[in-house]
Amino acid sequence: MTPATPSTGPAIQIIGMHKWYGDFHVLKDINLTVEKGERIVVCGPSGSGKSTMIRCINRLEEHQRGQIVVDGIELTSDLKRIDGIRREVGMVFQQFNLFPHLTVLENLCLAPIWVRHMPRPEAEALAMSYLERVRIPEQARKYPGQLSGGQQQRVAIARALCMNPRIMLFDEPTSALDPEMIKEVLDVMVSLAEDGMTMLCVTHEMGFARTVANRVVFMDQGEIVEAAAPEQFFNAPSSERTRQFLSQILH
Amino acid sequence: MAVEAKATSSAPRTPVWRDPAIRSLAIQALLLVVVLGAGWWLLDNTRQNLNRQGIASGFGFLDHTAGFAIVMHLIPYSEASSYGMALGVALINTLLVTSLGIFLATVIGFFVGVARLSSNWLVARLAAFYVEALRNVPLLLQIFFWYFAVLRALPPPRESVTLFGAFFLNLRGLYVPAPVAASGFGLVLLAGGVALVAALGLGLWARRRRVATGQDFPAAAVSLGLLIGLPLLVAAATGFPMSWELPALKGFNFQGGLVLIPEFVAMVLAISLYAAAYIAEIVRSGILAVNRGQTEASLALGLSPAQTLRLVVVPQALRVIVPPLTSQYLNILKNSSLAAAIAYPELVSVFAGTVLNQTGQAIEVMAITMAIYLSVSLAISAFMNWYNGRNALRER
Repeated sequence: MTPATPSTGPAIQIIGMHKWYGDFHVLKDINLTVEKGERIVVCGPSGSGKSTMIRCINRLEEHQRGQIVVDGIELTSDLKRIDGIRREVGMVFQQFNLFPHLTVLENLCLAPIWVRHMPRPEAEALAMSYLERVRIPEQARKYPGQLSGGQQQRVAIARALCMNPRIMLFDEPTSALDPEMIKEVLDVMVSLAEDGMTMLCVTHEMGFARTVANRVVFMDQGEIVEAAAPEQFFNAPSSERTRQFLSQILH
Repeated sequence: MAVEAKATSSAPRTPVWRDPAIRSLAIQALLLVVVLGAGWWLLDNTRQNLNRQGIASGFGFLDHTAGFAIVMHLIPYSEASSYGMALGVALINTLLVTSLGIFLATVIGFFVGVARLSSNWLVARLAAFYVEALRNVPLLLQIFFWYFAVLRALPPPRESVTLFGAFFLNLRGLYVPAPVAASGFGLVLLAGGVALVAALGLGLWARRRRVATGQDFPAAAVSLGLLIGLPLLVAAATGFPMSWELPALKGFNFQGGLVLIPEFVAMVLAISLYAAAYIAEIVRSGILAVNRGQTEASLALGLSPAQTLRLVVVPQALRVIVPPLTSQYLNILKNSSLAAAIAYPELVSVFAGTVLNQTGQAIEVMAITMAIYLSVSLAISAFMNWYNGRNALRER
């Protein structure tokens, strides 16, 4: 359960990162350091580049300029480094992205078996322990299509945890859920945070940001406009753009 | 309930011609009468015409002597064999081209389809060129191309391309040595069979062990060693109880040995390369139909691109791939009849051609030929539907 070789230094370091889609400059000079055990919430209007930023951290998107260092390893186009970083960084998607042709248990076991070379009985025991943790062990033999959205997202979190990651990225994990299912997913995320997981979370759940985050990062038009502790961020934001955004989402 | 019942009973009765149930029943009955009537008229008409022209009917001709030779026969056949045997030879030749065509087209099509999605510019372009070139030229022309332009360009038998004095390639085909069994050869065959079963078992065991313990086992290498080593060992122990019959030039052509005739090679090449172009497009569309998020989730878990394709994308793409793939398989079977154009002895050219000409029993010959194509097609469809059913997603 404990990471094999914890490096000293920050969990994630992004230094002067830029990204373009063709001529469109999506990320402009991003600088962000995430310490180990830190919980960071990223918010901002749609199209502000928040998802793109966290997707750069495990190379689902490629950055063109600047540096990203994850757990002491700099992300380059070296495939071995990318694989290494992906093994240590878990990701949860807005659309769950469970594998519909596999049962819940098989979804959880896939990566431990094929990436970590774990024997199946061991992988299944690990998977069951995480299913219990997200409180749906009874759904292990079902297929993702047979579960509710909230259950699917909890399975997706458990699937990422099965790789025993040191960092978890959440890309709007509750945005595709019905309101009554948001809480069950947030509860799982809160308990993860309480266990000291390093988390980088794109979300509009401001209640979650207030209670769980160490820092809230506000992005607009591809830039980090403001990064502050939740107290200061919500009560005394320094930028006008942040104030405007907050007034729109906190009715 | 009571109120509803009362309302129904008080409603005006529906006239018979406006009742959908009765209408549909009447239409079906009418259709049945028309179909049965047409069928009876056809049969009766045919029987009368045959009687008037004095043509024999029935399937007795299948036992008569065929009196013609067939270049390629995988079962014993000579001019003295019956028409029934000729049918057997032709059917086997059709099935051989079809099954080989299906196998090769699937393998090539799969690789080309995946290659067309490659991020490597050159690989993707080459795959696209392959697809566009091969599916936009008529199949018959491609068969002619391989047969006349490529294989006909080979030297005549006297100037054969020779390898080790045992393999001869010329425009009559590829001649290879044939094994001739001596006593004790059965043991070698048995060893081969045992090795095959052992290799299959080993493959299954290695997969199970991989899943159970996470350890890899070089099953492919060990199996290969087993398949070659065991029969060789037994052959050495029993003093090599076989001899090789070498093809030899006698007169204008080679005698002895096994021959792969150019008609067969041209047919297999043309049909598999042609069908592969379509299968490549089917595979490509199937892979594109799988949500991009599936690939991202798999990569984010640390699975390699190859593992992602094999474990996540392809199993889901199969649901989209299999139904049109079935059609392609059926097309390969039916297009194998184009081999008649280069005189490859398959079902249409031998049975619906030569046999029909000699016996004149068009109705029986056509009925048998059609029944064979129909039943093989239905067998392929049934298998593919069963396979597709296994891949279906469970959603509730």
